[in-house]
Amino acid sequence: MNNVFVYCEIEDGQVVDVSQELLTKGRGLANTLGCKLEAIAIGSQLNGIEKQIFPYGVDTLYVADDKRLRYYTTLPHSAIVEKLFSEHKPQIALLGASSVGRDLGPRISSALHSGLTADCTSLIIGDHTDVRTKKEYKNLLYQIRPAFGGNIIATIVNPECRPQMATVREGVMKKEILDPNYKGEIVNLNVSDYVKDEDFVVEIISREMEKSKVNLKGARIIVAGGYGMGSKENFQILYKLADVLGGEVGASRAATDAGFIENERQIGQTGVTVRPNLYIACGISGQIQHRAGMSDSAQIISINTDPDAPMNSIADYVINGDVMEVVPKLIQYYKKNTK
Amino acid sequence: MRAYKIIVLAKQVPDTRNVGKDAMKADGTINRAALPAIFNPEDLNALEQALKIKDMFPESTITIFTMGPGRAAEIVREGLFRGADNGVLLTDRAFAGSDTLATSYAISQALKNIKDIDIIVAGRQAIDGDTAQVGPQVAEKLKMTPVTYVESIEKIDNNEIYLKRRLEHGVETVKCPFPLLITVNGTADPCRARNAKLIMKFKYARIPSELKNADEKLVDIVKSHPYLQINEWMVKDIEANPEDLGLSGSPTKVKAVENVVLQAKESKTIPATDNGIEDLVKELISNHTIG
Repeated sequence: MNNVFVYCEIEDGQVVDVSQELLTKGRGLANTLGCKLEAIAIGSQLNGIEKQIFPYGVDTLYVADDKRLRYYTTLPHSAIVEKLFSEHKPQIALLGASSVGRDLGPRISSALHSGLTADCTSLIIGDHTDVRTKKEYKNLLYQIRPAFGGNIIATIVNPECRPQMATVREGVMKKEILDPNYKGEIVNLNVSDYVKDEDFVVEIISREMEKSKVNLKGARIIVAGGYGMGSKENFQILYKLADVLGGEVGASRAATDAGFIENERQIGQTGVTVRPNLYIACGISGQIQHRAGMSDSAQIISINTDPDAPMNSIADYVINGDVMEVVPKLIQYYKKNTK
Repeated sequence: MRAYKIIVLAKQVPDTRNVGKDAMKADGTINRAALPAIFNPEDLNALEQALKIKDMFPESTITIFTMGPGRAAEIVREGLFRGADNGVLLTDRAFAGSDTLATSYAISQALKNIKDIDIIVAGRQAIDGDTAQVGPQVAEKLKMTPVTYVESIEKIDNNEIYLKRRLEHGVETVKCPFPLLITVNGTADPCRARNAKLIMKFKYARIPSELKNADEKLVDIVKSHPYLQINEWMVKDIEANPEDLGLSGSPTKVKAVENVVLQAKESKTIPATDNGIEDLVKELISNHTIG
């Protein structure tokens, strides 16, 4: 009872990256709290799925296996998680901030009247004193996230309600196998005890999933553009630079919101978190919400006409200049010096 | 022909995308007054989807529903200018400090005042919090089927709605019977512009609070035209447990808010000249960062 739970999202028989990352985080939190780590897997044909899950240090895995659960739909999947949480009363529940987790999380939080914090960038255990009642709470989950468009960092706690729920984006936490032979227990749920036939009211007619063409997480070099790029056309120069350097093109949220570039290239708290060898920030002012997704880059170059851009203060190299003039020179001198 | 009763949930938000240097006070708190208040962008996408249903089924009605301070009546007017039929502002000091759960409780209790809703259309998320929680939570509280991340309504046939959803790695088409709640993505069609005739019709639409200090002429116009009277609901107008509202109804508490102090690295400033850039490129090649 009162353990740490991780919802494992499954795609084509594989536990997705963000869930693996959360299992590692969950194991760490459970160690701090001196409790068990438990996980939930919902889907179809899940035989053997525990082999992907136990090595992260999972003590109990609940499996709901039914052909009707193959693809995520809100009502059946949330019915299972709701009932399971009511039975086992976890103190903490972690979900990926994916299409699935951001659909499932609010539903569970509403049904169980428990707090949920979206897109956390850090999760730690700590104590809390309520400023009004002076009541003290031990070992709460600090849910830390940029807020207000990334202009501030907020620490959120859920003093009274359980579970304390948080979603985290892919790539924010690091996954690490604890022990390939870790022994956990499997509990197979009787699906009909958890889901009613009426829950299958939404019918999936078609589904076209494509493997993402963009691999920002794995890129050694990232050339990223911000609102300062000014237009979709100006982004073309960044593709040229990325092409000659063998890197990928990323963007800040301001740039994706402005329609300069597609959403899947967004780096930051509400996008992808990256740790490349070299990050070239072009016309990116560098608000917290963006920096949260790239500040672990080994080396950072900031190209900006504004000498006071926050990005400059975390950069290793600062070029005060116009991207449209500087980037062609980078291309030119890179070609010249690598011939 | 079938007519649908449609509710659009919309929020007035500070424009966090255009935060200027004066938006942060010296003590690190937010100077909200320095930020323009706008119609949450994805709620405009939501309104457009509602208008498309009304295009298909012209007898349908669209109610634009918002919660916020008195000035959020602007959101209702904006909705009326673009084609909504009427509106509600839910406003009360008792809502101050609400997190997403207390917000969705207040909204869902208020929506219980409106009978026989066929579809609630909300934006996926608001740009001041980016949580994407209120839509799904309202659906849970009203026991309505939720469909999130909608990009387009493919068709409505035999009292079932076919929806294309935009997910992280692809698209999915689903079919769902009414009633339901959908949340709409920013990738959906943008909202149609204000309509000049509707601006003329609704420019004097007001909530009662806005008429308190208004000149008599305006008060008379609004009084004699019921369609100009925007509903203003307070806690007393909805059935709600006071403990579940505002701060006391919010499981999440903000423990601390920090303005992040940048730990400045020792950075090299490179002149934007040919020589400066060539030297930088050579340095990066020699230390194997590139090349």
